[in-house]
Amino acid sequence: MLRFIGRRLLQAMFVLLIISVISFMIQDKLGDPVQQMVGQSVPQQDRLALQQDLGLNDPLLVQYGRFLGRALQGDLGTSYYYKEATLDIILSRLPATLELSFSALVLVILLATPLGVVAAIHPKSLLSRAILIFSTLGLSVPIFIVAVFLMYFFAIEWRLLPSFGRGETTWVMGLWQSGLFNKDGLLHLLLPSFSLAFVLTPMFIRLIRAEMIDALQSEYIRYAWSKGISASRIYFVHALKNTMLPVITVAGIQVGTLVAYTILTESIFQWPGMGLLFMEAVTRVDVPLISAYLMVVGVIFVVTNTVVDLVYSLVNPRVRLPGYGS
Amino acid sequence: MLRRLLLLWWIGCLASVCYGADLRIAVDADPISLDPHEQLSEAGIQYSHAVFDPLVRWRQDGTFEPRLASSWERLDQRTLRLHLRDDVTFHSGNRMDADDVLFTMDRLKLSTDFKGLFNVVQNVDKIDDYTVDIHTTDLYPLLLNSLAYVFVIDKAFYQGRAEIIKFGQTFAAKNVSGSGPFQVKQRIAGQKLVLERNPHYWDKSSRGNLKQLELITIRSDSTRLAALLTGDVDVISPVAPIDIARVQSTPDINFLALTGTRIVMLQLNQARRVEFQDIRVRKAMNLAINQALIVEKILRGYGEAAGQLSADAFAGHLSTLLPESDLAKAKQLMAEAGYEQGFRISMMAPNNRYMSDERVAQAAAAMLEKINIRVDLKTFPKAQYFQLFDQRAADVMMLGWQSDTFDSNNIFEFILACRDQQSGLGAYNSGGFCDALIDQGITLANNEMKPEQRERILQGIEAHVAAQALVIPLYWQPIIWAAKAHVNLASVVNFLNFPYWGDLEVRE
Repeated sequence: MLRFIGRRLLQAMFVLLIISVISFMIQDKLGDPVQQMVGQSVPQQDRLALQQDLGLNDPLLVQYGRFLGRALQGDLGTSYYYKEATLDIILSRLPATLELSFSALVLVILLATPLGVVAAIHPKSLLSRAILIFSTLGLSVPIFIVAVFLMYFFAIEWRLLPSFGRGETTWVMGLWQSGLFNKDGLLHLLLPSFSLAFVLTPMFIRLIRAEMIDALQSEYIRYAWSKGISASRIYFVHALKNTMLPVITVAGIQVGTLVAYTILTESIFQWPGMGLLFMEAVTRVDVPLISAYLMVVGVIFVVTNTVVDLVYSLVNPRVRLPGYGS
Repeated sequence: MLRRLLLLWWIGCLASVCYGADLRIAVDADPISLDPHEQLSEAGIQYSHAVFDPLVRWRQDGTFEPRLASSWERLDQRTLRLHLRDDVTFHSGNRMDADDVLFTMDRLKLSTDFKGLFNVVQNVDKIDDYTVDIHTTDLYPLLLNSLAYVFVIDKAFYQGRAEIIKFGQTFAAKNVSGSGPFQVKQRIAGQKLVLERNPHYWDKSSRGNLKQLELITIRSDSTRLAALLTGDVDVISPVAPIDIARVQSTPDINFLALTGTRIVMLQLNQARRVEFQDIRVRKAMNLAINQALIVEKILRGYGEAAGQLSADAFAGHLSTLLPESDLAKAKQLMAEAGYEQGFRISMMAPNNRYMSDERVAQAAAAMLEKINIRVDLKTFPKAQYFQLFDQRAADVMMLGWQSDTFDSNNIFEFILACRDQQSGLGAYNSGGFCDALIDQGITLANNEMKPEQRERILQGIEAHVAAQALVIPLYWQPIIWAAKAHVNLASVVNFLNFPYWGDLEVRE
C-alpha cells in the first residue's frame, strides 16, 4: 500500500512538472499582464519598465528556473490582480467548487442509479424508453444552454430560486465557509448543481444500464434466480454491486469533465469558486494564478485517480494493483 | 423572526433619522484596489467618488461643481488659488486641510496611472491651512478637468506607508481613510465591495439617504441581467444591447441610456497600405460604412452615430459634421482612384472590450465588401488585442477612446498626433500618418486660455480630420443602466459614467 502511494506521489510530481512547463509555454500567447493593470494613457515606456520589474523580459528559461525554485519551497507565485499568494487564493475558493461538485455528484448518483437500473430491468417498457430519450437529450445539449434555461425558468420567470452567487455561508468548525448548512446557501446551490448534474447523469444512466443488462444475463444471476432469492436482492445486491466497477472507473475519469464544467457553470452563475477564478485570471492575464490553478487541478486529478484505484481494490478484492501489497 | 426584525427596524427608525434603504449594484468590473491612486479606470473612479471626494467634480451639464475646494480663482495665467472647505473630516477622524491636498498632489505625481494628468503641475504652495496655490509649468486651460481627479487622502493616516506598487501588496491597497459619503465595510476582491454611510459626512445639503451600498461584480451580461430581473440586485450596468428590449418590457424596471463620450473608430494604417494614402480611397471607405445602420441594428438605437471624434459635450464638437454614407459615391471614388476591382486588407478588433465590438467589426467588414474591399477580420480578447495594437499588426484597427479629461484635445493627442515614443503623443495613432497641421493645433489648444478661441482651434482640427478622412469614426458608445423602479438613476448617473451614489435618494 505504501509503495503504491509512494509511486503515485512520484507520478504526481512528474505530472506537475509537465503542467508547469506547459503553463509557462502558453503565457506568451495570453497577452500582456501589465496592460491589464494600467490605465489607457500610461505611456509605453512606463509599461516596459513595469514588465522589466516583473521579470517578464528575461529569457523564458530564466523565468522558469525562478518559478521552479520558488515552487520547490511551496511558493507558487503571487497573483497580479489579488496580490496574494496564488495557492492561498485558490484554497480559499476551493470549498465553493468542492461543494458544488459534491452536490452535483450526489445528484448524479441519486438520479442515475435508479433510472439506470429501471432501464435495465425493463428494457422494453415505456418508462425505459423515456429514460433513454432523456439521456440522449442530456448528452447532446450543451451545459450553458441547460444552465441558462434553468436560470430563466426557476429564477426569472417563477422567482423560486436565486440567480447568482453562493448566498449566505457559515463557518464549519472554523475550517471552511460552507453554504451547505443554511437554507439560503442551499437554495443558491440548487441551480448550479442541477446544471452540472444534468450533463453527467445521462452518461451514468447509460453506463449503469448497459453493465446491468450484461450482469443480469450472467450465470450467477440465473443461479441466484433458481435459488429463489428475492428480486430486489438480486437486482440491488448481486447485480448492481458488480456493475459498480466500471462505473467507479468512469467516475474517476469524469472528475476531469467535472472540473471543466465547473468553469462554465461557475461563470454562468457567478459562483465564487475556482472555475470562475480561473476564467477571470485568463481575461486578466494573471499568469501566476493560471499556472497555480492548472497545477492544483493536476493534483486533484492524481489524487482522485489514486483514490479510485484504492476503492477499486476494495470493491473487487481480485484486482491487484502494481506495487500494491506484496 | 420577521416580525421581530420589523420591530427592530421600527425602533431603529424612531431612535434616529430613518435612513433609507440598502442598495445592491451589479457592475462588470471592480476596482483593483482600495487605493484611489493606483489605477485610472472607470470602476476605480466610480469607487473613488463614493469613498473619497475630489477637489471639484463635474455636474451633469458639464460644468464644475465645488467639492473639497469650495471656490477657486485665477491669480495669474499660471496660478490657480483654491479655497478649501474647513469642515471636512476623514473616516479616521482626522480633519482635512491644505497639508492633505499637498500630500495627495505629491502622491499623484508618483502614480503611474495618474501622473500624466498632473505633468503640467509645477508645484503646489500652501498659503494657509485652507488655501493652496497651484502653479502650472505653462498656460493650461484644463487644470480643473485634472483637479476633478484629485481625490484627497488623509495624510496622517497614510504618511510613511503611502507607496503605490502596481504588482505588490501595499498598505493603501487594503486600508482606507477618505472623506467621502461612504466608508468601506468589507471587500472581497473580485466579488463584492460593501460600503456604509459615513455618518459624519460634511455635505449636509446632499439628499443622499443610502445606508449601505453593495457593489457586486458580475461579469457575464446575462447573469447580471438575471440578477436584476429576479430582484437579487437593485441596479445593474452595463446592459447588453441585445437585452435592452427585455429590460424595457419589464414593468417595474427603470432603464436609463445616455450617449457617452467614448468614440469607437476604425483606423486606416497608411504606413502599411499604400492604397490608404490615397484620400479618395479613405473617403470611399468612410462613405461605404453606414454608421447609422450599425447603431440601429447592433446597438439597438442607443449610442450615437459619429461623423467626428469629439462628442457633443466636448469643446471640439462641430455640429455640422454628420456621418455620411453613400455607396454609389464610394464606388465612384474607388474607380477614380483606380481600385474598381478593390483589394484585400487585414483588420483586427477586440471581442470583449467595447459594447458588441465583435459584431460591429463584422458589420463594418461586410460594408467594406460592398466597395470590393475584401476584409480578413480577426478578433481577439482585449488582453491579446492591445498587444497586437501596439505592434500595429493589421491594416485596419478598431479602437474606442475615452478622453480622461473629457476634452477633445486628449483624443487628438493620443489618436491623431504624430507618434513620439518620448512624449507619448500619438501612442494610439495606428493610422501611420503624421500631420504637422494637427500637431500645431494640439499645441495651440493646450496653451489657449480663452474658451471661444480654443474651441475654434479644436473644431478646426476636427474639420481637417474629416476633410482628409484620416480615420473612420463609428459611434459614441452608450452608457446603459437599469434599476428597479424606485431607484431614480437619472439623478446621479452622468455622461461621464461616474455616478455619485452619495447623492442618491431612495424612497421606499
